[in-house]
Amino acid sequence: MNGKKTTMVVFSGDLDKALAAFIIATGSAAMGNQVSMFFTFWGLNIMRKDQVVNVKKSWMDKTFGWLLPRGPEKLGLSKLHFAGLGPIMMRRVMQKKNVATLNELIQMALELDIKLIACTMSMEVLGIQKEELIDGMEFAGVATYISEANDGNINLFI
Amino acid sequence: MEANHVLDCKGLQCPVPLIQAKRAVERLSVNEILELHTTDPGALQDIPVWARANGHTIVKQQTDGSTYRFWIKKGRRED
Repeated sequence: MNGKKTTMVVFSGDLDKALAAFIIATGSAAMGNQVSMFFTFWGLNIMRKDQVVNVKKSWMDKTFGWLLPRGPEKLGLSKLHFAGLGPIMMRRVMQKKNVATLNELIQMALELDIKLIACTMSMEVLGIQKEELIDGMEFAGVATYISEANDGNINLFI
Repeated sequence: MEANHVLDCKGLQCPVPLIQAKRAVERLSVNEILELHTTDPGALQDIPVWARANGHTIVKQQTDGSTYRFWIKKGRRED
């Protein structure tokens, strides 16, 4: 660690933007920086487990749960989505060209000790519970993000 | 040049060679040499920048066709 810090707000739940976020985050960690990623709103979908987790929910929260993508494999593209055809093509092209998948990048982020923090207010709005997000995440609010960003050197909103 | 460890990152795309280089260097002692092979043209800029940021030195660099080879000497700065 070189004492420098990168903080990131991941608001988007699009595959392309999530890839950009994780490439920058893992690259920054490789550069020796301390990295924190804050997942809020649609960004929480990136960190959802792909299987259904048995938790007690209201019908509204359940509906959100069904409608929103469950994890990295289910995310759509911000451009050229074509009703789901775009992401399939994009994933195929990226695999062929040997680009790391979003799942692999998330795994690398965990191994590089990148802090993955879920915004609890967004979790409440979208009806997402702690158990439904991947293991190894932390839970906090805006003050935690600001206090980390205050002594950060790079700060991004994706 | 004699390397203590050879890391083959041919065919891998950014940022994976950087992450693998970081891991490989962590396993070396100070002044030991990591030999890194990559085919990513971006690495020509990225590997030297990464090395400098982490206190390592590129002691030799060579291009063979589409393969870039770097010999990286581990610096004193601890991760």
